[in-house]
Amino acid sequence: MPTAESSQPLLCVNLRQTLGSFQLDCEFVASAGFNILFGASGAGKTTLLDCVAGLTTPDGGRIVVGDRVLFDASQATNIPVAKRNVGYVIQELALFPHLTVEQNVEYGVTKLSRTQRRERAISILREFHIEQLRDRRPGKISGGERQRVALARALVTEPRVLLLDEPLAALDAPIKAKIIDDLRRWNQAHAIPILYVTHSREEVIALGERVLVMEAGRIIAQGTPHEVLRAPRQETVAQLTGFENIFDASVWLVHEDRGTMTCRLPGSKPKTFVLLETPLIRAQPGSLLRVGIRAGDILLAIVKPEGLSARNVIAGRVVSLERRDMIISAHVDCGVEMEVYLTLAAQEALRLTPGSEVWLVIKTHSCHLMAK
Amino acid sequence: MAWKVKLINWEAFRLTIELAVVVSAILFVIGLPLAYWIAFSRWRWKFLVEAVVALPIVLPPTVLGFYVLVALGSRSPLGRMWQSLTGHTLAFTFTGLVIGSILYSLPFAVQPFAASFSSVNRKLLAASAILGASPLRTFFRVVVPLSAPGLVTGLALSFAHTMGEFGVVLMVGGNIPGVTRTVSIDIYDQVQAANYAAANAMALLLLIFCFVVLALVYALNRANVLSTVSSREWRRTSPAG
Repeated sequence: MPTAESSQPLLCVNLRQTLGSFQLDCEFVASAGFNILFGASGAGKTTLLDCVAGLTTPDGGRIVVGDRVLFDASQATNIPVAKRNVGYVIQELALFPHLTVEQNVEYGVTKLSRTQRRERAISILREFHIEQLRDRRPGKISGGERQRVALARALVTEPRVLLLDEPLAALDAPIKAKIIDDLRRWNQAHAIPILYVTHSREEVIALGERVLVMEAGRIIAQGTPHEVLRAPRQETVAQLTGFENIFDASVWLVHEDRGTMTCRLPGSKPKTFVLLETPLIRAQPGSLLRVGIRAGDILLAIVKPEGLSARNVIAGRVVSLERRDMIISAHVDCGVEMEVYLTLAAQEALRLTPGSEVWLVIKTHSCHLMAK
Repeated sequence: MAWKVKLINWEAFRLTIELAVVVSAILFVIGLPLAYWIAFSRWRWKFLVEAVVALPIVLPPTVLGFYVLVALGSRSPLGRMWQSLTGHTLAFTFTGLVIGSILYSLPFAVQPFAASFSSVNRKLLAASAILGASPLRTFFRVVVPLSAPGLVTGLALSFAHTMGEFGVVLMVGGNIPGVTRTVSIDIYDQVQAANYAAANAMALLLLIFCFVVLALVYALNRANVLSTVSSREWRRTSPAG
């Protein structure tokens, strides 16, 4: 949420860490508000948070919160975890099972008198709507309530930056939305950067704001969800963001007059290829790129359709049909194998079975081009 | 009534309890940091220390007793130092007995302590540090409360083990009434003198006493709802559980 301070960079991270064969190497700046760290499992998101919190010491780099240097390899600065003043809700929450909700929340507040500590704890419990749970133990409350307690426990210490590792992954959408609302409200009063880790595409879109896409230890894209998800330029982004079909391709013909170009996809059999008409980009014939097509963007027809605006109509044969919940995933061999999503009704109406001859219809603008 | 007094050697019984209380109390104090170190240290040679701590479990008490006796005697530097400080040797004294018993019962305190420390979820320790707690505060606010059953077990085992020891006491303490003659030695004496009734009385007393102590400990651990339930709760809160 853009406030006066939000333009000012508050968390600057630049770090390198080698863990066996895995390498973390990322650099970014996060301002006040939600910063979503998005990536598949194993991309290094948790390691990155651990480095900011001080649980893991990077091999090199620099971590600065506001004007305070938490870590600087070149100056051998490494503030211990307990002194970083970083709020971190780990995936497992790690609420203290032997303490009540109120004692959990009070745990990090040590410098105040007993009554002040209590007041602070009660006020944050109220802010997160869990005041009535204060005498309960974490084992006796629901999952959503535990998430709220974990958040309250981290926020009561007034951290300079908040790290959330898939904090709401296990919750139902309505509960999730309410907790996010409370967190946003809190964040409006306390303008600190929130680094919010998720591997859920829905969550990225729902939370809005700034996204950092992480892949194999690197930040490979950043921007608004719209920028990152709708116009992916890198294959890794596409895989993360829902392109079921990704193909190597080379530019075959450029039709400047039509605003399109024809790309050649090497076929699954040697010396065969498939031609696709794609949007025009600045590229020379012969240059290599990748094409991403969502399975839901492809139409199937059992007779060759005519009079369509779609420029790509390709003959193929159904290889397999697999039911996934309420949709059918069809694999169609049209020189290359493509995955296509159909509704149950569509499969029935077209009487599709493995072996059926079909036509694939793909709009030019459903072909997303990515740099290789 | 006179024969009854003879049957049970209350002096030996009192001495044994005193020894067990002193030894388990000292073991609790030195066992906690030692167990903490064993549970959390990443030193590569740690296993050597663990092996040394476990030695008394496998060594015959006479071997341990022999070396303690040698170490406490007036020929060793330690024994000489003690003698110059106090004017008498450690061997065949109650203090000597305490030292021997501490070494003998060490694993029975340290191993349950270390095992329960190790079983505390490391994420809780990380959470505590993130919330600004020092390692000492983490130890007393998180590690100790969540290890309570293990601590009680270690304390009870070291107490019970000291109550029943024989070899080390015989080697280090000898058999001085009121100073080093414990129940187990008294029983041995009675059997040697063919006073089977007295031996039986003492043996039965020790048996019942130890049973009651252990039963109390296990009942306490079970009633310790706080720690047992909460360790279950923790398992429930973690997604892996």
